[in-house]
Amino acid sequence: MAKLKSWKELPCGAILTDTKAVLDNKTGAWRGFRPVWNKEKCINCLTCWIYCPDAAIILTDGKHQGINYDYCKGCGICAEVCPKKVQAITMEKEEK
Amino acid sequence: MANFEEGGEMTLAKTGNEAMAYAMKQCNPDVVAAYPITPSTEIVQIFSSFVADGLVDTEYIPVESEHSAMSACIGAAAAGARAMTATASQGLALMHEMLFIAAGLRLPIVMCVASRSLSSPLNIHCDHSDSVASRDSGWIQIFCESSQEGYDSVIQAVKIAESCYLPVIVAIDGFILSHCMERIETLDDVDIKSFIGKLKPNYTLLDIKNPITVSPACLTDSYFEHKRAEAQGMNDALPKIEKVISEYAQKFGRNYPVIEEYRTDGADVVILAMGSTVGTAKIVVDELRAKGKKVGVVKLRIFRPLIAQKMIDTFKKFKVVGVLDRVESMSSYISPLATEVRSALYTLSPKPIVPSYVYGLGGREITQDDIASVFDELLQIKDTGKTKEEVSYVGVR
Repeated sequence: MAKLKSWKELPCGAILTDTKAVLDNKTGAWRGFRPVWNKEKCINCLTCWIYCPDAAIILTDGKHQGINYDYCKGCGICAEVCPKKVQAITMEKEEK
Repeated sequence: MANFEEGGEMTLAKTGNEAMAYAMKQCNPDVVAAYPITPSTEIVQIFSSFVADGLVDTEYIPVESEHSAMSACIGAAAAGARAMTATASQGLALMHEMLFIAAGLRLPIVMCVASRSLSSPLNIHCDHSDSVASRDSGWIQIFCESSQEGYDSVIQAVKIAESCYLPVIVAIDGFILSHCMERIETLDDVDIKSFIGKLKPNYTLLDIKNPITVSPACLTDSYFEHKRAEAQGMNDALPKIEKVISEYAQKFGRNYPVIEEYRTDGADVVILAMGSTVGTAKIVVDELRAKGKKVGVVKLRIFRPLIAQKMIDTFKKFKVVGVLDRVESMSSYISPLATEVRSALYTLSPKPIVPSYVYGLGGREITQDDIASVFDELLQIKDTGKTKEEVSYVGVR
């Protein structure tokens, strides 16, 4: 665990310059419901990727690969915006 | 308004709002996010005509509320822009949560406030309740006695904000200064530009090579330290403010000390006030001095930071300091400025008696006779040595 800094050592205005620091906080632990992605049904429209507030939809070369469960908070927006005719994402209760 | 276009050093008859808008124009901010409210509307309205006429390079954002105005200024300042706005009363109250954010982010935003009372009931006229209600927000606060001082203070505020990395409120009394015409001397654009220089932002959102997080969540293990650091920013502000004031006085010949004494030599009693009432009190002092009464007036220009040491140095000379407060902060104790003065003088021994007076709420006139009565009472208090514990109300039925 890092040594806690004194007030004189902190950046002015509490600005965070460490861009990687946010990755240490695995917000996936907050989930109550998890999105489940069906690869066969997915038409790769990328609407879920556009809307995801946590950037938790994984893309490789513009192709949907799945969901990053380390950071997905289970808000359900991806399931909501997936076209009704496609329904490639459904929300299921998170098993503890 | 046409004569403003000539630029340069001029002597003009202008209202406080016109003078403030012109000072903003000459500072040429990068962004002004504006929302109207009486009596400050004209500041941003007149500024918008400068924008429309191509006289400034400012990105002008008409927003949907004062809360948005401050939010937009914060976003702009966090992107490294010089941002300004103007408001009053309910508008300042509506942006209340954002004021703390602007200060916590150490953004050098400058905001003109045309001091106006807070509802309820609804009143559009002058008192200091709006700015005083925001005294804990971390903003530096300058209270102006005249529209000339308002003009000069906007220019000084840019440099003060940018040396302290704290936002600054420049307050002029609503209607009394904002709408009344006064003889204003303006400076040359070139001189102002050279005085304020270029903004050197602490950080900028626009530097994509060095991405940052602005206003991150800080848990119980670090929030306290960040606030301690912000407090130090305010602790360090006074010498920086005085440096700007002194540079301005040297370059442009007008000096506005952080606390100013008027005919206090040998005075047993003084009145302390902020804003335009100081001017009225000076006239009363002249009349009473002519009658042989040993009275004086002290003007407090900087309300935040609370300049305690300056107060001690100033007030230790007097037996009675009557504080005239244009705000009632409903503490059920004495008025806010009086509370702060007493607190600052706590360690003095002997200390002056500090009676508290609330006056002028909702634009209620304070007359020369009113002020003369206060001086009479202060002289009586000095003679009897009787401390006044409760607050007095001047001019209320």
